[in-house]
Amino acid sequence: MVGQLPYDGVVICAPVTVPYVRFSVETAHWWAGGAMQALARETGLGPADFDGFCFASFSAMPDSVVGMVQHLGLSPRWMDHIPTGGASGVMALRRAARAVQCGDAEIVACVAADTNQIDSFRQTLAGFSRFSQDATYPYGFGGPNATFAMITDNFFRKYNVSRQDFAKLCVAQRDNALSNPIALLKKPLTHDDYLNARPIADPVHLFDCVMPCAGAEAFIVTTPEKAAELGLSTARLSATIERHNAYIDDPVQTRGGWARDIDALWSAAGCGPQDVDMLQAYDDYPVIVAMQLADLGFCDKTELPGFIADNDFTITGSLPLNTNGGQLSAGQAGAAGGFQNVTEGLRQILHCPLGDQVPDAKKALISGFGLVNYDRGVCTGAAVIEPEDLR
Amino acid sequence: MTDPLSPPVKKDPLKNTRMGHVSPGLRSRAARAMAVRAGQGRFVLQVCDYCCTATYPPRDRCPKCWGTLDWQDQPTGATVMTETTIRVTTDLFFKEHAPWRVGSVQLEAGPTAIVHLHSDVRPGDRVRMELKLDRGGNPALFAMPEKETPNMVDDAQYRTFTADPKHRRVLVTDGRGPVGQAMAKALLKAGARAVFLGNGDTTMRFDGEAEMVAHENVEIVPLNVTDTNSVTKLAHQLGGRIDIVVNTAAVTRQSGVAFGSKLTDLQAGFESEVTGLMRLAQGFGPAMSARSDDGTNSAAAFVDVASVYGLTGRAGFAGQAATAAARLALISGLRGEMAQTGIRVISVLTGPVDDVWHQHVPPPKTAPAQIAKSVIDALTRGLEINCAGDAAKDLFARWQADPFLTIREENQ
Repeated sequence: MVGQLPYDGVVICAPVTVPYVRFSVETAHWWAGGAMQALARETGLGPADFDGFCFASFSAMPDSVVGMVQHLGLSPRWMDHIPTGGASGVMALRRAARAVQCGDAEIVACVAADTNQIDSFRQTLAGFSRFSQDATYPYGFGGPNATFAMITDNFFRKYNVSRQDFAKLCVAQRDNALSNPIALLKKPLTHDDYLNARPIADPVHLFDCVMPCAGAEAFIVTTPEKAAELGLSTARLSATIERHNAYIDDPVQTRGGWARDIDALWSAAGCGPQDVDMLQAYDDYPVIVAMQLADLGFCDKTELPGFIADNDFTITGSLPLNTNGGQLSAGQAGAAGGFQNVTEGLRQILHCPLGDQVPDAKKALISGFGLVNYDRGVCTGAAVIEPEDLR
Repeated sequence: MTDPLSPPVKKDPLKNTRMGHVSPGLRSRAARAMAVRAGQGRFVLQVCDYCCTATYPPRDRCPKCWGTLDWQDQPTGATVMTETTIRVTTDLFFKEHAPWRVGSVQLEAGPTAIVHLHSDVRPGDRVRMELKLDRGGNPALFAMPEKETPNMVDDAQYRTFTADPKHRRVLVTDGRGPVGQAMAKALLKAGARAVFLGNGDTTMRFDGEAEMVAHENVEIVPLNVTDTNSVTKLAHQLGGRIDIVVNTAAVTRQSGVAFGSKLTDLQAGFESEVTGLMRLAQGFGPAMSARSDDGTNSAAAFVDVASVYGLTGRAGFAGQAATAAARLALISGLRGEMAQTGIRVISVLTGPVDDVWHQHVPPPKTAPAQIAKSVIDALTRGLEINCAGDAAKDLFARWQADPFLTIREENQ
């Protein structure tokens, strides 16, 4: 396999979050417009200034990026639609970066926006994918809770991991959310609260599940020159990986596509997992966080209980995890849930976090996981980002 | 082991009846094709024409080599890998029936699948898979204990995939003939709580009447399916208490089309078998639909017993074949409607019945008891179509393989 070319001549900047709400009467278009407005306030740019647009959403039907471009008055020379939910942030980053690097676009707005109207969660589930409508939802209609319950059930038995271990991850993320003024879930969570929560789909309990909500996230990918002209702090993309539908012969998902490409990521980034200052991981169910800890190279799966016990995942801890609270505490605004790992990682290394600052943050590992098409998450991606110019 | 179903208690008339929700019906065309086989009681998966890999969930191309796929019968063995008990759901049916157990299995046929779990199976267990139809007529994989366990079919989840007559009340529309009477006996043996046996002419005695009257749980009721008032009146009296309808109405007369045919025979046949079927559906369908999720004796199925020659026509019995064809068409329509409300619509197809109207037909003929057995089989397995007797099975197999050839064969 040919090695990945470096992302020279590309920077990431201007992370924005449109504060989430549990239910919204507004549409995905309204939320996407809110993200563009937030980008405009950060940069002073208007509709005519963006020549690239990358869009991710579950609830913009019947529109794709095409409808969104016209809706928002954009006239890009490059655009892309990313339908991969929790993996969409890393994927948007990768695609936009190459477009900018190759000159297909100079300034790309990457936007994820979703609304959450009353009953839209049920409707999204019912029509989510062909395999799920044929072969998962009719089976008790537990949604992703049930699918991840089965994955968790197997993971517990296979790797001797327990809810005690997951409690530490979820409690740490809630601690992190407490300093984030726009996190939806800000009631302190104790270890016992976690363990005593009501069961949803055994062994998944209430605090293993994210809260669906409405919101939007966005960032800009551009050239260092353009960012300097706009006076924006920038980060560079050290390495990325992406893999879909990996390990199709695993009868139950115990690993994601990261495991297949992780060596390439660390080799391109010129560092290892021990060198990152934080992990912004996809966290819709702690079993996926645990899976990422192993697949991204922090430890073996059999060592997970020990690794979790030995580390502190709060903002000032040994491995800060989902420093905005993650989707588990900040909320999951559909596809925007797959962007908050990028925006939060970017904010931390650009030293403009929503809440508390990770001390001396220089390297962020971002990991995405998306789309339970049938019995497992199909899309995975990861990226290492580092600060370039702090302005 | 499963606790045996207890007989339902008398219903509190002041309590609201639970609405019979069905899951969203959005399915791929391939899933619908799977449903067709499920309705026949087969356990099938798609197999690649080229590399012979079995695949699941339903696809349109082989994921190994992109060859085309065919539905084929598969071994039913499997091993449970994972389980979960769903306690929270956004679906209205499952919300009423939570907690609901599902899990993933490794099928002996190759693929893995998410399946409904019987209460007696656990991760690591070997299981026997059944391909069922759910309340909405969609295909559903159900993991059963590998070996029979006590009261296995009383499992609450399993029972929503069948129309088991146990503890249910059944209307058999024509009790004057041997088929209806065999039906009543078989239903009681299968645990039905009551059989209402229709009598189309209350002024005339009929053979077997004394035996039927003597049964404690059989009630003879006036029902003339050619008379709208009669059907409506009975539906008003009994509609809310009927859980299963078995329509055994049949008018058999020898006839050709241009030769040896009588219009009055055809008209009488249509009035009884076809218009009569619609009267029954109009009379009992709505009340049954309203009670499709009403506890142990929820309304469950509408069964129509018709001649298999409705598929092909038949020399010498053209009129009867025509009425049977019309019944099959109405039943298909009714099935689509009742899938919205959770009632199974079942066709039981018979060969020439071993009765006075088929005296000149050589064997094999279909005994009334065989028809009754086939109806019970369809109800307990939740089938959509079942053939009673060897003649019907043979014709159905030939028709599935080559419908037009079979039509030609049966009309020459």
